[in-house]
Amino acid sequence: MGQRAFLCGNEAVAEGVRLSAPHVIAAYPITPQTVVVERLAEMVEDGSVKAEFMHVESEHSALSASMGASAVGARTFSSTSSQGLVYMAECLHYASGGRFPIVMMNANRSLALPWSIYGDHRDSMSLLDCGWIQVYTEDAQESLDMVLQAYAIAEHPEVLTPVMINLDGFVLTHTYELVDIPDWEQAREFLPPYETVNKLDFDAPKNMAFSSNPGNNLEFKLRQHRGMLRAKELIAETDGRFQSIFGRSYGGLTEAYRCDDAELIVVSVGSVTGTCRTVADELRNEGWKVGVLKIRFMRPFPEEEIIAALRNVKAVAVLDKDISFGYEGTVFTNVNSALSKAGAEILKLNFIGGLGGRDISKDHIREMYRRLQDGLDGIAQENVQYLGLGVAIDERG
Amino acid sequence: MSVVNKVRINARTITDKEFFYGHKACAGCGGSLAVRHILKVLGERTFTVLPAGCMSAVGFNFPQLCFDSNAIISTFAGTASMMSGIAAGARALGLKDYHVVGIAGDGGTADIGLQALSGAIDRREKVIYICYDNEAYMNTGIQKSGLTPFGARTTTTPAGENIKGTVTTKKNMFEIVAAHGIDYAATASVGYIQDFINKIQKASEVDGTSYIHVYAPCPTGWGTETDVTIDLAKEVVDTGLWVLAEYEQGEFRLNRNPKSFAPVENYVRRQGRFKHLEDEDIAAIVHARDAKWEQIRNSWKLK
Repeated sequence: MGQRAFLCGNEAVAEGVRLSAPHVIAAYPITPQTVVVERLAEMVEDGSVKAEFMHVESEHSALSASMGASAVGARTFSSTSSQGLVYMAECLHYASGGRFPIVMMNANRSLALPWSIYGDHRDSMSLLDCGWIQVYTEDAQESLDMVLQAYAIAEHPEVLTPVMINLDGFVLTHTYELVDIPDWEQAREFLPPYETVNKLDFDAPKNMAFSSNPGNNLEFKLRQHRGMLRAKELIAETDGRFQSIFGRSYGGLTEAYRCDDAELIVVSVGSVTGTCRTVADELRNEGWKVGVLKIRFMRPFPEEEIIAALRNVKAVAVLDKDISFGYEGTVFTNVNSALSKAGAEILKLNFIGGLGGRDISKDHIREMYRRLQDGLDGIAQENVQYLGLGVAIDERG
Repeated sequence: MSVVNKVRINARTITDKEFFYGHKACAGCGGSLAVRHILKVLGERTFTVLPAGCMSAVGFNFPQLCFDSNAIISTFAGTASMMSGIAAGARALGLKDYHVVGIAGDGGTADIGLQALSGAIDRREKVIYICYDNEAYMNTGIQKSGLTPFGARTTTTPAGENIKGTVTTKKNMFEIVAAHGIDYAATASVGYIQDFINKIQKASEVDGTSYIHVYAPCPTGWGTETDVTIDLAKEVVDTGLWVLAEYEQGEFRLNRNPKSFAPVENYVRRQGRFKHLEDEDIAAIVHARDAKWEQIRNSWKLK
């Protein structure tokens, strides 16, 4: 049996890392990620984590060192946020191309300029194409559990793809809740040691991270793509195995809430989903047929799950805590693409909110459902609307 | 953990085994000569890291992979951090008897890779970092780096009516590294190969971080004949423009302290990159050399 403790998201991740028995931890401090590296440093000091803790001098070096460690077959953890994530952007692509199964926590935080230490999803969403599996957790328990699951997925020989675990900055990294800390032996049962042939090895020397040419580059990238697609199947399978050992489950790439007979659905990512569920419950009590579809993994993208959950509803609102300048929210683009491919001729609206840590309130979410109904009732709707700017106050008065 | 070589390595005892062959380096390449000797001295239980640059460009093209021992390309900026990660991973996994060596060019060391190198020395990683200095970004087509010498023409410091090539002087990497309090640092030249071999072997026995800066002429970038690489690499030392020295236990030691220097003019006039220099420019080079040697003789331990 494990134990229960009152932990914030960062501390929960640190516990998950401890239970994953990494060989090397390399990270550089940045708000609001710092607590995870501080706890891990303490765990290394007191001997509860038997890892090399590397005091690297930048995020670029954090991930570069992680790749070096991974290249000799070591299980490796890193963590970062915002400016740090984009500073290591080159290494993110490098790690996925090199098939290094590194697990890294990202505390979702806005990107400068203007400076903001508060949360939104622009950091990770802007790196959706860097070849990392991206999971967004909702609470501290899921954050801890996903560290163990992330290694199991990343290190699978048919996947060999790094995983980025995204926690909403402050809202999740710094809020405390009661968390079940799994038992060490059970963690060993779930997550065996990392074994790979994809390493520098004195018995079978290799030249790694080499150059390709136009005649073979596509084949390498296709193999990488297929590794990520294989992860799509393994995510639910891994979660099922996790449930059989620990009794907790998170489903697969998405999580649907009261969607079965819903007509209006809000699609959300991360910690704001809890608020969305509360509003859905309230609206259900008022007679609305509403649901919430949480996207847990943005890559690999849950195209089939989204189509299955949304193709027969009347209207969908996608809540983005990011903006792709000159277009729309990135989550919306992805969801819209899936639905369009399925020929779902339904109303789809994009709501952008929560940038730079702005609160997304129950009223905002209620307003999103109302806007969907307005659209169905023939009141013209802008395709992209901004929460807290014009939706709730200015336009409706 | 390091392999302590009981036998001193020289022309008679060095292994016949080659670890870097079949590559596409230019004729007369000093860098590839450095790599070849480094790997022969360190042996097969070596993890080699090379950043994007000439040596990875000529030796790492799938499926023509030219390293017989374990080797990996790092990001351009990430030589020292990837070496550090390999060292940490190998330590954590309990590996024994191996070397971790990084071989980066002058731009990869003195410019884009300097921060990571500083971090690795700060952590006192047990790694050997070797900078092969051909005095410009040669792989991308001869652009100026932080180690391009005064007066040299490069494709980004053209010599014309208004500017005579490079107007800055070389960063002093040896002393920058020494200022970290590194366990062992040395300068070398491919023209004095036994001295270079001795220093590689010494670095391999150091319990901590070591750095070797080896001078490696580039016929393509310097506008020189392909058969004078070794001559130039000797001459740069004989003229006093390059100093052979070591730093350990907090002290600098000069390996060669010539009573008189070979003429700078002969060295400079043989190279296309200096072709535009006038007598007064060469006088400025000589003046800077003399000032440097005065400082060295006043403050370093002389052997």
